[in-house]
Amino acid sequence: MDYFQFLIIVFFSPLVNGVIKKLKANMQGRKGPGILQPYYDLMRLFKKDMVVSSVTSWVFKATPYVVFISTIAAAMIVPVVTVKQAYGVMGDVIALIYIFALSRFFMALAGLDAGTVFGGEGSSREMTVAILVEPMMMLALFAAAIAAGSTNIAVIAGKHGAVYSPSHLLSLAAFMVAIIAETGRVPVDNPDTHLELTMIHEGMILEYSGRYLALMEWAHYMKQMVLFTLAVDIFFPAGIADDVAFAGLILPLGIYALKMLGMAVLMAAVESTRAKVRFFQLPSILGGAFVLAFLSLVTHIMMGK
Amino acid sequence: MNVASIFLIGILCFLFGAVASQLPLSKVRNFSYLFSLTGALLFLAAGGYLLFTPAFTTEAIPVSSVFSFAFHADALSAFFVVLISLVAISVSLYSIGFTRGIKNAGLMGFLYNILILSMYGVVLSANVYTFLVSWETMAVASYFLVVFERNEETAKAGLFTVVMTHIGTAFIIGLFLVLARYTGSMDFVSMRAAAAGLPQGVKSLVFIFAVIGFGTKAGIIPLHTWIPRAYPVAPSNITPLMSGVMIKTAVYGFLRIVLDVLGTGPEWWGIAVIAVGAVSAVLGILYAIMENDLKVFLAYSSVENVGIILLGIGASMMFRSSGMLVLSGFALAAAFYHALNHALFKGLLFLGAGSVVNATQTRNMEKLGGLLKVMPYTGFLFLLGALAISALPPLNGFVSEWLTYQSLLLGYRSPSVVAQIVSPLGGAALALTGAIVAAGFVKTFGATFLGMARSEHVTSAKESSTSMVLGMALLALFCILFGVFPGIPVALLAPAVFTITGSYVELDQHGVLMTPGASASLSTTALAVAMAMIFIAAFIFVRLAGGRRKTVYADSWDCGIPGLTPRMQYTATAFTKPLRIIYKRIYLPSRDLKVSYLIKPFFVKSIRYGGEITPFFERYVYEPVTLFIHAIASKVKLLQSGSLQLYLAYILLTLILLLIFGT
Repeated sequence: MDYFQFLIIVFFSPLVNGVIKKLKANMQGRKGPGILQPYYDLMRLFKKDMVVSSVTSWVFKATPYVVFISTIAAAMIVPVVTVKQAYGVMGDVIALIYIFALSRFFMALAGLDAGTVFGGEGSSREMTVAILVEPMMMLALFAAAIAAGSTNIAVIAGKHGAVYSPSHLLSLAAFMVAIIAETGRVPVDNPDTHLELTMIHEGMILEYSGRYLALMEWAHYMKQMVLFTLAVDIFFPAGIADDVAFAGLILPLGIYALKMLGMAVLMAAVESTRAKVRFFQLPSILGGAFVLAFLSLVTHIMMGK
Repeated sequence: MNVASIFLIGILCFLFGAVASQLPLSKVRNFSYLFSLTGALLFLAAGGYLLFTPAFTTEAIPVSSVFSFAFHADALSAFFVVLISLVAISVSLYSIGFTRGIKNAGLMGFLYNILILSMYGVVLSANVYTFLVSWETMAVASYFLVVFERNEETAKAGLFTVVMTHIGTAFIIGLFLVLARYTGSMDFVSMRAAAAGLPQGVKSLVFIFAVIGFGTKAGIIPLHTWIPRAYPVAPSNITPLMSGVMIKTAVYGFLRIVLDVLGTGPEWWGIAVIAVGAVSAVLGILYAIMENDLKVFLAYSSVENVGIILLGIGASMMFRSSGMLVLSGFALAAAFYHALNHALFKGLLFLGAGSVVNATQTRNMEKLGGLLKVMPYTGFLFLLGALAISALPPLNGFVSEWLTYQSLLLGYRSPSVVAQIVSPLGGAALALTGAIVAAGFVKTFGATFLGMARSEHVTSAKESSTSMVLGMALLALFCILFGVFPGIPVALLAPAVFTITGSYVELDQHGVLMTPGASASLSTTALAVAMAMIFIAAFIFVRLAGGRRKTVYADSWDCGIPGLTPRMQYTATAFTKPLRIIYKRIYLPSRDLKVSYLIKPFFVKSIRYGGEITPFFERYVYEPVTLFIHAIASKVKLLQSGSLQLYLAYILLTLILLLIFGT
């Protein structure tokens, strides 16, 4: 089972996104699409022909595959239901962040490839947000890693007693801001529109259609679920299994589903109660989160927990 | 056939290459690079052999009663010999095609061979004299190569290079004098033996001189200012040697003097080096991303990578002063690995930039665009270099940055609180740097190779010749190989790490990189295999889910207004403008806006916008110092008035003073 737990992320990530959309709709007084709508969207997209800009090069066609593959590789590193891991030896938290950096690099290149302004703006803003977010995310994860004595996610998750120390809470806050920024949700980016002022992620994938768009969207859903799983592994690991016996996994699976639901509710609540901020106010928000992460580290060193 | 004779044949190859370049036949010109290629191959073989055998010293060839030439090759030297050779082989291959048709090709071949030979001399020298002779030869050869193309820009760059290099050399000579005075000997082996007894103040003085002296050549901030001036104007087959290799000889010098000869030092040394490394890394890349000149961007990026190497070295020194030799060896391995990787991928990037400049006759990214269709091989190889330098898995840059992160994180195990705080901050600086590097290379690759062509520079360009592409491909192959199979570079650097710290660095039995204490693991081999398998699965799945689909080619999305011109694309300047705004307190950009109106303020006739960034240390440190020196010099100039009578009076005065005080 530990060899296949990443498939949970691969196949259930559209469901998580569907749930978030439904919750947002309900919070905003709408009925909203069904929670299975992302699956229907993906299947529809796979069956369509592709329209590709004649300005683009092979980088444009390679990017959906690179993004899809690297996101699945990231999913392999994260423990989902059990800490006994087959692929954990491949990489740790740092490898995870850099695998996402690989997919972001290619997405940004694809945005520039079509020679349009939308793509250029999306790429530029995405790389800028990454510059603001990565140090903050690294510091928050370093604080957690130093507390656990390792950067291997399974080891951090294996320390079941998540002591809610001050340093832990500070890095949790910083990491939540990082998740919002990395998954492109309000207040950093609006995932629902295609207006040029609110589309960092959408701007980069604007030219994609057909199976390429399906791969990019699916990779986006998977990245979101990987980040949620990472957050619950590091900050709420209670309930994760230690072994692979199938009977012993039913309860952790249920607990994991509940945790994902909790994250979905949190995301929907944040998106429904906030407006997207101006792009140049992002340094203040993300800088504030960096300060939280830095404080978490200093607190851990000074207080020892 | 022993190692010394292989070295000798290698040296002869380079000398033949230097001489062959002077012969007037144009076909023979290629021979000078074939000679250097063979010489580098021989040095690679000898260096590789020396990594695994005990150190050896040559006989000293006396030059005078005090000085002598002597060479000494231990594992540290052998590692750098291997590093130099790998780059030299690829660049020699590239040069065969690159130098076709240039003016003064004979001079280029001569200087090229001498430059590489002097670099070997630096890392293989056994005593102070040999080191300084090789160092100066390297400086002089690189100066003549910087001013190879005769124009005003290169002349200014050359002057700057010479001044900065000799400031560094002055400090290096200073530290050698101090060491020789206090240890009583001029060769490194005896210095190391005697260094244990040196007073702490002397050791710290030598350390500071080493940081300044070697730092000038390596390019730490604020001593790096010659790099963005010299690297872009040097010929494009020389810049990889200067950036990839010459910088590493400075790192070698620092390692040899501070870590090998001086040995263990107080903790503040390590922390100072980490601080210098972090500042160089962050500021270097911040200034890099503002550049639109391909080669200036890459030059600043070299400054940043030296910062990363120093982060590893600093962590190693910090651990060593607490006696944690295993961690010290691990951090040093990270530094060595990054030095090797940087030589490879920066060499690849500069060769690629050289091909682009050669084909399009411009260094300005804002005039390029869409080159990938015209130069597909160069573009692909440049992309590989960009992926490697942005530390993206599973290439080599990622492995060495991962190792550097881990060594900084392991700082929490060190007993001192300062170390526990400084190391993760170094890690945060590294994270910031990594993100900015990725942005910079997206901008560079995107503006140069993707999108639509912005000028006829692109439409008249052609792909480079085969030998140029092959030279680049060789470096790209090493980048991939050293990333997916980290066992190879680890095997190369482990003997050098052992020589300095006495600890072993190796992969575990499954071929996985493990940190000391097994706190983390990384297997890029497994990652690469996993990615390949997922690709196959995804490919099959996509075909199954959608069936046969066709691709229709159309115009890019234009919002319903047809006729997108290349001018409407995102420019390179625009790409990094958000960063210029966010970090304006660091950049202090100046802006010049001239608007001319038909009817003020409603109808604008024309807008002229100019923006400039002067690095703040140039404005606040270099300019005042230069003006001060000029002021003093103009006062001293009064002594040389040109009047014969005054000079005779000087002689008379000196004679009188000597008579009074000499008796």
